[in-house]
Amino acid sequence: MFAVETFDLTKDYDVGFFRQRMKRALERVNLRVATGEIFGLLGPNGAGKTTTLKILLRLVFPTAGTARILGRELDDIAMHARVGYLPENPYFYDHLTAEEFLNYAGELFGLRSSERRRRAGRLLERLGVAEARDIPLRKFSKGMLQRVGIAQALINDPQLVFLDEPMSGLDPLGRREVRDLILELKGEGKTVFFSTHILSDAEMLCDQVAILDRGRLQGCGKLREILALGVALTEMVLENPSPELLKELSAHARSLVRTGERVRLEVPQEADVAKLLALAIRHGAKIVSLNPVKMSLEDYFMAQTGATGDAAAGQEAASLSGTKLRQQ
Amino acid sequence: MRRIASIALHTFKESVRERVLYNLIVFALLLIGTAILFGSISVGIERIILVNLGLSSISVFGLLMAIFIGIGLVSKEIERQSISSILSKPVRRAEFILGKYLGLLLTLVINTAIMTVGLYAALFYQKRTLAAADLVVLQAVYFIILQFALVIGLALLFSCISTPVLSAVFTFCVYVIGNFLADIRWFGQETGSALIEKGTTVLSYLLPNFSNFNAITQVAHGQGVPGYVLLSNSLYALLYVGILISAAILIFEKREFR
Repeated sequence: MFAVETFDLTKDYDVGFFRQRMKRALERVNLRVATGEIFGLLGPNGAGKTTTLKILLRLVFPTAGTARILGRELDDIAMHARVGYLPENPYFYDHLTAEEFLNYAGELFGLRSSERRRRAGRLLERLGVAEARDIPLRKFSKGMLQRVGIAQALINDPQLVFLDEPMSGLDPLGRREVRDLILELKGEGKTVFFSTHILSDAEMLCDQVAILDRGRLQGCGKLREILALGVALTEMVLENPSPELLKELSAHARSLVRTGERVRLEVPQEADVAKLLALAIRHGAKIVSLNPVKMSLEDYFMAQTGATGDAAAGQEAASLSGTKLRQQ
Repeated sequence: MRRIASIALHTFKESVRERVLYNLIVFALLLIGTAILFGSISVGIERIILVNLGLSSISVFGLLMAIFIGIGLVSKEIERQSISSILSKPVRRAEFILGKYLGLLLTLVINTAIMTVGLYAALFYQKRTLAAADLVVLQAVYFIILQFALVIGLALLFSCISTPVLSAVFTFCVYVIGNFLADIRWFGQETGSALIEKGTTVLSYLLPNFSNFNAITQVAHGQGVPGYVLLSNSLYALLYVGILISAAILIFEKREFR
C-alpha cells in the first residue's frame, strides 16, 4: 500500500479582481509515496508544493484528478486521525501556551486527558521547548513556533506526517535537530512527506524526491537512483603537462585551470577519460588525481527546473548531467 | 460531539481572554451603577428607570461583544492560517462552525449572567429587598440572550463570506433593520405601490424580527411575558439560528484555504 497516491492532480485558481482569469497551479501531478519512506517535494517558490499539500489535507479542492492517503479517500475523516500536518509559517493562537495548544490539538484527535498531557510533555521535551511550555505563544520566536508546530503535528502519533517547509525559520542547530527528528520518525516506521526548497536537507534525508516547477512534475524518483544515474564529469589534476599535451587535452576538456605547476581539467564525457589518461602518460605528465564527480541533487534540480525556465540553459544542464529521468 | 465541545471550549477561552470583553463588562456594570443615580432622582419610578437602563446596558454591550467577537470567529482563523492546522485534523467543517458558534454563545451567556447579577445587586441596593415580582426581569434577559444567539449567527455567516469590517457593517445593518421591520412593512403599505409593498413584505419575512425580543419596557413596568410568547419566540430564534448556521456551514464547506 502507498502512503500517498495522486492521480492527475490538477488545480486552477481564479486570479484577478475585475477581470478574473484562471491560473493553473498544478498540472496532472502523479505521485506515489511508499509507506515508511521520507519523501521530499522540491521546487522553487510558486511551484505548487503547498498547493499539493493543501489538496491532500482537503484545505483546497482539486479541479481535476484524485488522491488517496493511506489507501483512503481524502474526505475520509477517520484517515485524518492517522495524519499529522505542519503548515508553512505556522501561526497558532496568541492567547494559548504551548502546552494548552497541544492539549487542544490532542482533544481534536479524541485523546484522553492523561494521554494528552503525557504526549505534550514528551514532544515539548523532544523539540527543545519544554521550558517555555507555560509561556503564551505570542511571545514565541519564529523558530520556537515552528517547533510547537511540529509538536502539534505529532501529537496523535501519526503514521504519515506532512511537513511544509519544516526547516523554515530555524537556526542551524534547530535544522539539525529537525533533520534528526525526521530520521527518527522514519526509524519508527512513519512516512514523512515534506516540501522544501533547501536541497541539502532533501539530499540528506529523502529516499525519494519529486521536483515541481510551475505546477508540473519535472521528475520523480528514488534519490539513490537519481544520484547514481552516472558520473556528471571527471576531474583530472596533472603536474607539469607539456604545452602540446595541454593543446590536445583542451579539445576534450570543458574547463582547464592552471595553478602553479598543476593543471585541473574537467572531462564531461566518461568515454574520453581513458584516452586522455593514456595521452598524459605518453607525454610524461604526472597524474596527481583522477576524481569521478557524481551528480548532486542541486545539479538534478537545476537540470529539471532550468529545462522549463530557460530552454537553452536547461538543455545545457541536461546534457551536462547526462541523466534520464523517470517520469511517473 | 466531543470535537464540537472542544472547539466551543477553546473559543470560549479565546473570547474571555479578549481585553475588549472586560472593558465592555466593566462599562456595562458602571452604567447599571449610574442607573441607581438616575433612579434616585426619578421619584416614584426608580425601579422602572433602573430596570430599563440596566437591561438596555446588558443588551447594547452584549450586542457589541456579539458583533465584534463574532465577526472574527472564522475570519481571524483564516487570516492567521491557524485554520489549516485545525481542519487538517479529523474535524468536519460543520463541527468547526458549530463549535465556534456555541463557544461565543457560551461566552455571552456567562457575561449576561454576570451583568444580570450586577443588575439584581443594583435593585437590591435600591429597595433593600428583592421580591418574586423581580423575577420577570429574567424573561427580558432570556429574550436578550435569544437576540445574541441570532446576532452571533449573522456575524458568523457574514464572516464566512466577507472581511471582518464588512461583516460588522452587514451584521449591524441587519440588526437595525430587524428592529424596524413593522415600520418598513407599514411604509410599504403606505406607498401604494404593489411592488414596494411586496418587496417590504418579503424583506420582513426574510430578515430576523428583533423587535419580537424586546421586552425591556414591559418587565420594567413589572409585567411578565405570556408563556406562548416565550415559546413562539424561542422556536422562532431556534429556527432562524438553524438557518443561519446551515447557510454558514454550506458556504464554509466550499471555501478553500490557500
